[in-house]
Amino acid sequence: MSDLDAFRAEVRAWLEANCPPEMREPVREEGDVCWGGRNWEFKNEAQKQWLEACVAKGYTVPDWPKPYGGAGLSPEETKILKQEMKRINARSPLDSFGIWMLGPALLQFGTEEQKVHYLNPIARGEIRWCQGYSEPGSGSDLVSLQTFGEDKGDHWVVNGSKIWTSYADKADWIFCLVRTDKANKYQGITFMLFDMASKGVTTKPILLISGNSPFCETFFDDVEVPKRQYVGEINRGWDVAKYLLGHEREMISGGGAGGDMVSIGTLFARSLGKNDHGELDDPILRAEMAAFDVDVFAYRAMGERFMDMWKTGRAHPASSNMMKYVGTELNKRRHELVMSGGGSEALEWDSEETKGGARARGWLRTKANSIEGGTSEVMLNVIAKRILDLPGA
Amino acid sequence: MPLYHNDDQAMLKDSVAPFVAEQAPVSHLRSLRDSADATGFSRDLWAQFTEMGLPGILVPEAHGGLGMGHMEAGIVLEEIGRNLTPSPFLSTGVGAVAALAKAGGAQAGRWLPAIASGEAIVALAIDEGAKHRPDRIATTATRAGNGFRLDGKKSFVLHGHVADMSIVAAKTDGGITLFAVPKDAKGLTADPRRLVDSSLASHVTLGGVEVDADAVIGEVDAGGEILDALLAATRTGAAAEMVGVGQGAMDMTVNYLKERKQFGKLIGEFQGLQHRAAHLYGEMEVARATVMKAQQLLDEGSEGAKLMVSVAKAKAGRAANLAVREGVQMHGGIGMTDEYDIGLYMKRDRALAEFMGDVHYHIDQVARMNGY
Ligand SMILES: Cc1cc2nc3c(=O)[nH]c(=O)nc-3n(C[C@H](O)[C@H](O)[C@H](O)COP(=O)(O)OP(=O)(O)OC[C@H]3O[C@@H](n4cnc5c(N)ncnc54)[C@H](O)[C@@H]3O)c2cc1C
Ligand SMILES: Cc1cc2nc3c(=O)[nH]c(=O)nc-3n(C[C@H](O)[C@H](O)[C@H](O)COP(=O)(O)OP(=O)(O)OC[C@H]3O[C@@H](n4cnc5c(N)ncnc54)[C@H](O)[C@@H]3O)c2cc1C
Repeated sequence: MSDLDAFRAEVRAWLEANCPPEMREPVREEGDVCWGGRNWEFKNEAQKQWLEACVAKGYTVPDWPKPYGGAGLSPEETKILKQEMKRINARSPLDSFGIWMLGPALLQFGTEEQKVHYLNPIARGEIRWCQGYSEPGSGSDLVSLQTFGEDKGDHWVVNGSKIWTSYADKADWIFCLVRTDKANKYQGITFMLFDMASKGVTTKPILLISGNSPFCETFFDDVEVPKRQYVGEINRGWDVAKYLLGHEREMISGGGAGGDMVSIGTLFARSLGKNDHGELDDPILRAEMAAFDVDVFAYRAMGERFMDMWKTGRAHPASSNMMKYVGTELNKRRHELVMSGGGSEALEWDSEETKGGARARGWLRTKANSIEGGTSEVMLNVIAKRILDLPGA
Repeated sequence: MPLYHNDDQAMLKDSVAPFVAEQAPVSHLRSLRDSADATGFSRDLWAQFTEMGLPGILVPEAHGGLGMGHMEAGIVLEEIGRNLTPSPFLSTGVGAVAALAKAGGAQAGRWLPAIASGEAIVALAIDEGAKHRPDRIATTATRAGNGFRLDGKKSFVLHGHVADMSIVAAKTDGGITLFAVPKDAKGLTADPRRLVDSSLASHVTLGGVEVDADAVIGEVDAGGEILDALLAATRTGAAAEMVGVGQGAMDMTVNYLKERKQFGKLIGEFQGLQHRAAHLYGEMEVARATVMKAQQLLDEGSEGAKLMVSVAKAKAGRAANLAVREGVQMHGGIGMTDEYDIGLYMKRDRALAEFMGDVHYHIDQVARMNGY
């Protein structure tokens, strides 16, 4: 038995012993996702147990080094762990902007002290982070941001506002882009970290078309940020910001492959019924769903290839833009089909049977996939320029 | 196994890519076409392929081949696609080898070494109508004397008129049986037609062709599984070749966008074209990954291979088709000229798309395999 086979056997046994049955169910509603943080209330005992077991093993962040709360697994081992978790439909023990976005940026740009200090609480799910990038005037053109940090010697005084800050009202800390030099565009931004409980930070939820308010306007009024709380170099935060965006895209693009393994056609064949030939009863919808399933299986292959290449440094640096573009457009298509397959039932906004209109709300939510983390148009611009090397306008 | 080429595979690519590009670029296809060549490919080039061991890439070592996998065969096919190289590699080196190796026995012993040594060209006589419908084979094989008598018509048989042997799928009493029908069998006629991509494919007539019992590939009535192996290999191979065709077309187009000026600018500066090119890039990358996944699953002998093969043929079909359509469009008027290569890509794509099941056929297969 090779080392990897032995590892697989070990993981399998560990999961068998440690993953509670309730955590082997597909995520069905918001509360099924564990975000952690100071104010987190576990949905049930199983959710807590599962998080604690994974934290103890370093499995919330399996590929991070051990001193930072990870398990120090190699890319191959990480892949095996993911495969084995998927095999038993295990839920993610912890979802977190800290894991997906800030962590990788700290690993790349943080000082040793910062890594130890910030990464461990992320790995344990103790501090929940939000992302303060976008501003009312600065979305796609992010570098035009205006929130300003005035240099006061040992600290900055930050003033300005952010928008579309996901879960700002639930987050403990923020990683934030702040202009610290007005004369320089790209080289005048500093990547700062600060406590959302700091004096002068306020948030205001924004109601979305889905009827939910997962994000906020965030206001900074003379917020004091100590000088040790920045990542990378002062005025060179753009490098950190871009690196982090690569990881954000990687995370968002994952949606395209869909959570569970059941093909969409199989799912709807049950509710829509089959004809005498055993085919889904609506031939046009069947064809569209099958074409979609082809694209999902294909995208999953791409996801695997992308990860294999990304983790071993073989991927083009801009290939995460391609994944994000393809994956998010695919996910939107999925939800259009979900609505169409669901018919009038999928329209119900508040009935008990539809779990409060879960499908309709989910469909509306996916429209943001091709906006958040950079729009599809901006992804295509980047692919055209950086991968295809097409001339700039 | 990671889903990228390992060092050995990268080395194979590094030797095959320049070889095909130098020995058989698109001008090679043009010269065959313009001389109305009756074979459909160059025997000299095939001899060079043989020197490199390529026809035997999938042939087990015991039969004189290299004993490599579909991933490696795919590397060769992608370069064939990129250069539009006319070659019997797909039917002979991939489809026929997959069937013979799966069946084993006397026919494998007879033909696999001949394929590896470049002596034998093999054609695949499966389809009978204008569309690929392998579940509707009507050609019959009836017992006669100490062998069989074959009656029926086959269509779209690539290299059928020059093949030393044709693998013929026929109905027998208890199922499907595959036969190795040699070129000189009495009652066998191959009527070659030139296709849109200048290749030659035959209408084959089997008018009471008599073959010995040992012409059976594998076992009587048990040809279904062997046919499946043949189809899986050939479909995956065609998908790999389509990735090459799509990539070749895309590369030409992207280069053109960087050269052609209109309105005082390079047309590649227009966002309308940039976005379409970038979208195409994404589709091509996904198609490439999918084809590699199918190759990997076939090489592992995995259960999931069959589904992924259909996914790959469908996805590569869609992506390559987008590449050639965008290619001609973005070239503008010049893309419509015979002198310019982009149109040749469009023609080859059409032929490969139809070969062994088009996009719709494979999308339907995916639905069936998923039970709806
Ligand atoms: C659900 C959700 C969650 C989010 N969470 C966060 C968060 O936690 N933190 C945070 O900082 N931000 C967050 N965002 C903000 C997100 O990053 C921005 O919405 C995004 O960057 C787009 O900016 P914008 O909304 O200002 O659109 P705009 O930049 O105004 O774009 C409007 C339209 O113009 C197009 N466009 C703009 N520039 C170009 C161009 N150069 N070429 C072609 N087309 C162009 C865009 O593609 C878009 O279609 C979130 C957004 C959503 C929807
Ligand atoms: C079959 C045929 C018959 C024809 N007959 C005649 C005839 O009888 N008389 C005659 O005078 N002409 C004729 N033409 C020429 C025809 O009008 C031109 O081909 C056409 O105007 C496009 O110009 P082009 O070929 O130079 O393409 P280009 O202008 O080089 O365009 C190349 C690509 O770039 C795109 N592009 C160019 N500018 C922009 C932009 N600003 N924004 C976005 N995309 C852009 C184009 O859409 C195209 O996809 C014929 C062409 C064909 C193919």
